[in-house]
Amino acid sequence: MSGLMNLTLKIWRQSGPDDKGRLVTYRVSDISPDMSFLEMLDVLNEELNAKGEEPIAFDSDCREGICGMCGLMISGHAHGPERTTTCQLHMRSFKDGETITVEPWRAEAFPIVRDLVVDRGSFDRIIQSGGFISANTGSAPDAHATPVPKDNADRAFMAAECIGCGACVAACPNASAMLFMGAKVTHLGELPQGQPERDARVVSMVNQHDHEGFGGCTNVGACSQACPKGIPQDVISQLNMDLRTALQHGR
Amino acid sequence: MPTTTLSPRGTTARSTTIALKLLMAVTGLVFVGYLLLHMYGNLKALWGEEAFNTYAEHLRTFGEPMLPYGGLLWIVRVVLIVSLVGHAYAAYTLWSRAGAARRTKYAAVKSAATSQWMRWGGTFLLLFVVWHLLHFTIVKISPNADKQGPDVTANPFQLVVASFEVWWMVLIYVAAMVALFMHLLHGVYSAQQTLGWTGTPKARARARTAGLVIALVVVVGFLIPPLSIAFDLIN
Repeated sequence: MSGLMNLTLKIWRQSGPDDKGRLVTYRVSDISPDMSFLEMLDVLNEELNAKGEEPIAFDSDCREGICGMCGLMISGHAHGPERTTTCQLHMRSFKDGETITVEPWRAEAFPIVRDLVVDRGSFDRIIQSGGFISANTGSAPDAHATPVPKDNADRAFMAAECIGCGACVAACPNASAMLFMGAKVTHLGELPQGQPERDARVVSMVNQHDHEGFGGCTNVGACSQACPKGIPQDVISQLNMDLRTALQHGR
Repeated sequence: MPTTTLSPRGTTARSTTIALKLLMAVTGLVFVGYLLLHMYGNLKALWGEEAFNTYAEHLRTFGEPMLPYGGLLWIVRVVLIVSLVGHAYAAYTLWSRAGAARRTKYAAVKSAATSQWMRWGGTFLLLFVVWHLLHFTIVKISPNADKQGPDVTANPFQLVVASFEVWWMVLIYVAAMVALFMHLLHGVYSAQQTLGWTGTPKARARARTAGLVIALVVVVGFLIPPLSIAFDLIN
């Protein structure tokens, strides 16, 4: 087999939330360019296990780019140099002999649990603060019972692609979660079922966002560039518009 | 709502960071409007001393007798001072929030240049505005050793010419215009995004173009009179 790679990895090691943490250098060899980034870390962890050392903790679940569980800051890029999730990033994106720095998402609202694992519970609490939408439950309604214009449905689906991985927060110079929140607000705001609670939802979610310790938005757009789902900046514009409308409605 | 375990600090739209951003956007647009008027007035210098000084005097008599002498000028000044306080308050509050939101920096990420230009450039502009007001409005300082006395300082056109015959004065103003260009380039776009006017890719491209055009028009317009004086085209 040809094209196997040797790499130097500088990985953030932190034994727990109270540990100071530091970058530790590791070397891996004979890495296939067809491996995913996480498989490469699996290889390193097996070596560490064999040596009796503590393996590196990182989050992953579906490994097919749709669950939003994985997420690493790779040489300064959220999810690495490609627009994808860390699990769908392949080693062919790197050069043989390269030095790669691997860090966890950095935000006070995402406290580090261990090594590269962060607690993204703040995202769950933002979603939770959004509350309910008014939809009749029981037997499934007729498909044409509530008409939704195609453009609105498309935009709602586009925003609903957000998997809540946190790359937007990680990439943002202010550690702001406006892209995440904009996606959620746009997703429900485009649909008729989301209308009655629209004002209350945006006000509650943004207050929760601020309370969690995320920063404000400076509209530089680093979030959209990092987003593995390519959620555009216009969801933040929508979020701002919805908040302003709620303000005008006296919320 | 199933959110009883939560205790969000604020509960109103006004208590959010987006409300602060809205304050920044609206006050910023007030400044853009003022800059365009101010730039137009400065260009009167190209038509000579009489045109420039008549314009300056007209600003004070504008609206008479409905308004007292200098009335409109004071209305504009009050609006600008209130806007400046709001703009700076929102900016420094958000800056400190952003710092608190990420206390541990990345080892491998360079800080975003745009944010640095807005924050440090904005701080420089604030200091520049203080100097600019001392220079031309409050104290009326002539930095030109050859041109001193009330004949110069009490005559707006003469004070401008005397000032920009001094090389380091030109340098200060050119530096301020570079900072202003960067500030407007991002700020005009950012204000539109904050106001929610950029809901489509087309609208966003338009907002960016508006930022570039306004930044260019304002900065080029402002640079023409001092550079004309510095290169002896006006004297």
